[in-house]
Amino acid sequence: MTDTLRDFHPAQPPGLATRILSSSARVWHKLADEPLGMIGFAILALLVLVAIFAPLIAPFDPARQMLSNALQPPSFAHFAGTDEFGRDIFSRLIYGTRITIQTVLSVSVIVGPIGLIIGVVAGFFGGRTDAILMRATDIVLSFPSLILALAFAAALGAGLGTAIIAISLTAWPPIARLARAEALVVRNADYVAAARLYGASPLRILFLYIAPMCIPSVIVRLTLNMAGIILTAASLGFLGLGAQPPLPEWGAMIASGRKFMLDYWWVAVMPGIAILLTSLAFNIAGDTLRDLLDPRHARS
Amino acid sequence: MPDHDPATVLSVRGLNVRFGRNAIAAVSDVSFDVGRERIGIVGESGSGKSTTGRAIMRLLPQKASISADRMHLNGEELLEKTEREMGRLRGKDLALIMQDPRYSLNPVLTIGRQIAESARLHLGSGKKDALIHARSMLERVRIKDPDRVLGLYPHQISGGMGQRVMIAMMLLAKPKLVIADEPTSALDVSVRKDVLDLLDELVRENDSGLILISHDIRMVSAFCERIMVMYAGRVVEVLSRMEDAQHPYTRGLIAAMPDPKHPVRRLNVLDRAQIEAEVGR
Amino acid sequence: MIRVENLDVTFGEKQQRNHVVRGVSFEVARGETLGIVGESGCGKSTVLRSLAGLEGTWTGSISFNGKPVGKNRSREELKLAQMVFQDPYGSLHPRHRIGRALAEPVRSMGQGDGWSKVAEALLQVGLPAEFVDRFPHELSGGQRQRVAIARALILSPPILLLDEPTSALDVSIQAEVLNLLADKREELGLTCVLVSHDLAVIGHMCDRILVMNDGMFVDELTRDEMRLGITHADYSRELIEASFI
Repeated sequence: MTDTLRDFHPAQPPGLATRILSSSARVWHKLADEPLGMIGFAILALLVLVAIFAPLIAPFDPARQMLSNALQPPSFAHFAGTDEFGRDIFSRLIYGTRITIQTVLSVSVIVGPIGLIIGVVAGFFGGRTDAILMRATDIVLSFPSLILALAFAAALGAGLGTAIIAISLTAWPPIARLARAEALVVRNADYVAAARLYGASPLRILFLYIAPMCIPSVIVRLTLNMAGIILTAASLGFLGLGAQPPLPEWGAMIASGRKFMLDYWWVAVMPGIAILLTSLAFNIAGDTLRDLLDPRHARS
Repeated sequence: MPDHDPATVLSVRGLNVRFGRNAIAAVSDVSFDVGRERIGIVGESGSGKSTTGRAIMRLLPQKASISADRMHLNGEELLEKTEREMGRLRGKDLALIMQDPRYSLNPVLTIGRQIAESARLHLGSGKKDALIHARSMLERVRIKDPDRVLGLYPHQISGGMGQRVMIAMMLLAKPKLVIADEPTSALDVSVRKDVLDLLDELVRENDSGLILISHDIRMVSAFCERIMVMYAGRVVEVLSRMEDAQHPYTRGLIAAMPDPKHPVRRLNVLDRAQIEAEVGR
Repeated sequence: MIRVENLDVTFGEKQQRNHVVRGVSFEVARGETLGIVGESGCGKSTVLRSLAGLEGTWTGSISFNGKPVGKNRSREELKLAQMVFQDPYGSLHPRHRIGRALAEPVRSMGQGDGWSKVAEALLQVGLPAEFVDRFPHELSGGQRQRVAIARALILSPPILLLDEPTSALDVSIQAEVLNLLADKREELGLTCVLVSHDLAVIGHMCDRILVMNDGMFVDELTRDEMRLGITHADYSRELIEASFI
């Protein structure tokens, strides 16, 4: 007994690197069993790479106009054809991924922590705090998100930044509700009771015990929400309230292609396909994440 | 079936169950016969006792592979039955009573509807008859106020009453074999005995076989004629009385139970190395 | 060591009012182990949770070591009594490694980072020190319950409250955990209150047994009375008969 004690150097918290390594290895193993999920994640990974290396991949400058070359059908020179100003649609789509990813990430980074904190605080403290926070959530939730976003975008002036703020303002309530529901369950767990017994302060319990248990489902929900965010952003772009021309925003591209839809279908359809594939990939990835992170939804 | 002995309800030879690609079988080479008697399967969690019961019912998840030299119910080979035939058999000839009635009853249907449904399904009785049948079954399991209970939902009744309702539902079709998987471990001690007595009475009345699966060797030995002790997927010993135990695992298990009548300062713990050696022999 | 007077607990209001504990009083001497036995819903766990300070709605008085304690405990008061829960799967945080689970009490009490005590705490309950890096789901039920015991003991409380500590475990594992509890009790001179529905476990562990029914104590048995099967109330007689078929 004493030998083991001497041999064993005092326990140390495991290093962050090993922790991340071991848990990502675990996730990778589980992911291998989900071919569809793999496809979803692969598309998303591709999307991120395309966004990062857009200038290297895109065959043309997305903003360069060549009126002589306007409205060309898809060909080997222009994979997705050209639009009414002779701009290469394929290049514009590639640059558009940057805008899409920027929107999605900004909204998630704003909405995730806000929703999580509001939900967890409401669920953990309960009583009056809960009532006030949840009524506020209900009020925001009762607005149709696109219309609220429209109002904000109209009031603050059109642009990508306003679109992001507008979407964020309407996207946090579902997250808050989810986090609250989780916190309500977790706060009654025995390990929280034990933590109260050994004198952990409410804030310690809130952030070190309850919040970590809510994060997986919040991440899953955010991923599933991303498809909706893309669609809302595209809708705002389509209505002219999101990213402004000449930015190659996919929704705005559809809007401009609408005029020639019947004769030159590719102008509107190509960005449509991009939106479809991306939101589908986010949905699949979100579903897979839910299976991986949340054992309650795991398929047996 | 020429070699079928009418006294034998279930005959299992060389049952193996394996989950997925697991190297270790959950149940390996289990053989036993059940007559019109009560047989207990005792073991700790992971011993394969429940898996054995579910393999007979064919209620294991998809990834489980079952193989056996023979699995006869009344001389008919269960392994050759299609899924549809098994579905018809379950509830009619084979009944399973599970641990917690709260999870085995449908929460959105009244007790009366559920029992009547089972009567219509297995006895082919009409709507009215089925309800009368349900009422008489509730009386049979000694529920004091059957008319009231018929209209209740599962969450409105206690665990003991829920288990009685389960027994009523399962035994309605007079099954040939009843498998009770920890039927009393979710119940309070005071109702435990009633439920067991009731089960015993109905099984005797229908002249069926009963397999009682439990972790509690004391209870099983008080209730069953034969006790089958399982460890790590294998049958280590078949006993008629707990006191006759020979195998070190069974003896260790009995010694590990605290007994207020014979107080000891420290309880005996299982010598797992010795048991592994014995089982592997 | 523990004195409880007129403890009364009510949940809910108006129609849903549920009088769970009806004015119970008892004392536990230093080094004694008291057992409270009863069926589900009799209020035994509520008594224990009130003792621990986890219930907020009781009336009456509870005192440890002669000093009355309230519903909201100070750190010093919390250090007097720690608890081991029934479900070893629910009482350890699923995302905290064992080392962290054991260091948390020390950190929460503001006594440093606690890592120096972890290895010793594991050895104390017969677990290898390598377990610090494991997650709870990598341990068996018995091992988790050992960790829970180690966690309860790491603040060196004089009182240990046990809420059905073995009812989720197999018989052979139960024996190991009960032995461990008996050893620690002897070694550290702990005062224990053990709540269980299992008379055999209570009878094995306790010096004195209170039988609880419907929020009240209906009988008090000594170890010898338990052994000889002597009871003073119908309810406890029925309970003992039903427990040992």
